Amino acid sequence: MKCGIKIMPRDVLLDTQGRAVGDYLKSKGFAVDQCRIGKYIEVEFNESSDIQLQVQKMMSEGLYNSLTEKYEIING
Amino acid sequence: MAKKIGIIRFLGTNCDADVMKWTKNSGFTSDYIWYEDQFDIKDFEAVILPGGFSYGDYLRCGAMAARSPVIKSVQQFAQAGKPILGICNGFQILCEAGLLPGALIKNESLKFKDEWTELIVENQHSFFGEQLKKNQEIKLPIAHGDGRFYHSADGLKKIQDQNQIWLKYKTNPNGALLDIAGLVSESGNVFGLMPHPERATYLWMGSTDGLYFL
Repeated sequence: MKCGIKIMPRDVLLDTQGRAVGDYLKSKGFAVDQCRIGKYIEVEFNESSDIQLQVQKMMSEGLYNSLTEKYEIING
Repeated sequence: MAKKIGIIRFLGTNCDADVMKWTKNSGFTSDYIWYEDQFDIKDFEAVILPGGFSYGDYLRCGAMAARSPVIKSVQQFAQAGKPILGICNGFQILCEAGLLPGALIKNESLKFKDEWTELIVENQHSFFGEQLKKNQEIKLPIAHGDGRFYHSADGLKKIQDQNQIWLKYKTNPNGALLDIAGLVSESGNVFGLMPHPERATYLWMGSTDGLYFL
């Protein structure tokens, strides 16, 4: 059983990588307002029970930093 | 008997030998502490977390090291009011462990910065900060990719109100908020800085200002 975790920099944080890529896309003629870059973690479980709970525990074990990042569980 | 400093080594720490030389030259006896071990807080006068790339900087700098077994002892050491110094990756680890406020994120330029910086001492503190006087200017090298200090607006206000800013850059190399290069905990015994004092201990290195820290 697979589960994805999308981790993004918080909106208040200056994301220079996202800004650089956004500027590049604008230079290519895309009507991009903003671009932000985060990361995606995919975890495969042996058992399929309590996955939501397991992932939440993982997050509290430091998988994200609540000061600088926000996360979203996908396919949980 | 000379006072003893514990130097913590994680997988990926690479400034451990420099810190060992620096502490020994300053008259301390020092011992390495392995990250999988725990230690008796009575065995050391102070503890240093040197720089490097613990856990390959994977996930976030210092994130996994901050949750390794040795940190339990470091937490007890901090609670007992004993002095702890985190240099570069050590500073990142202390922030991730919650022993210092805020976080260190990727440099604004996205580039690894390896250069000399001029710093201003914002506040005098005990132990590691004892010989550094308020408004003193010092020169130390930096070498980091993730040194941009970040905290929320409330967090920054608290840091300022409680005089927790220890060192500021004269010219900000990484986008750190409030030009913060070094911090002290609310309790005054946990220190963190991005520059490397152990790399400024002989004239041939370019500066001897690192000697002020011990």
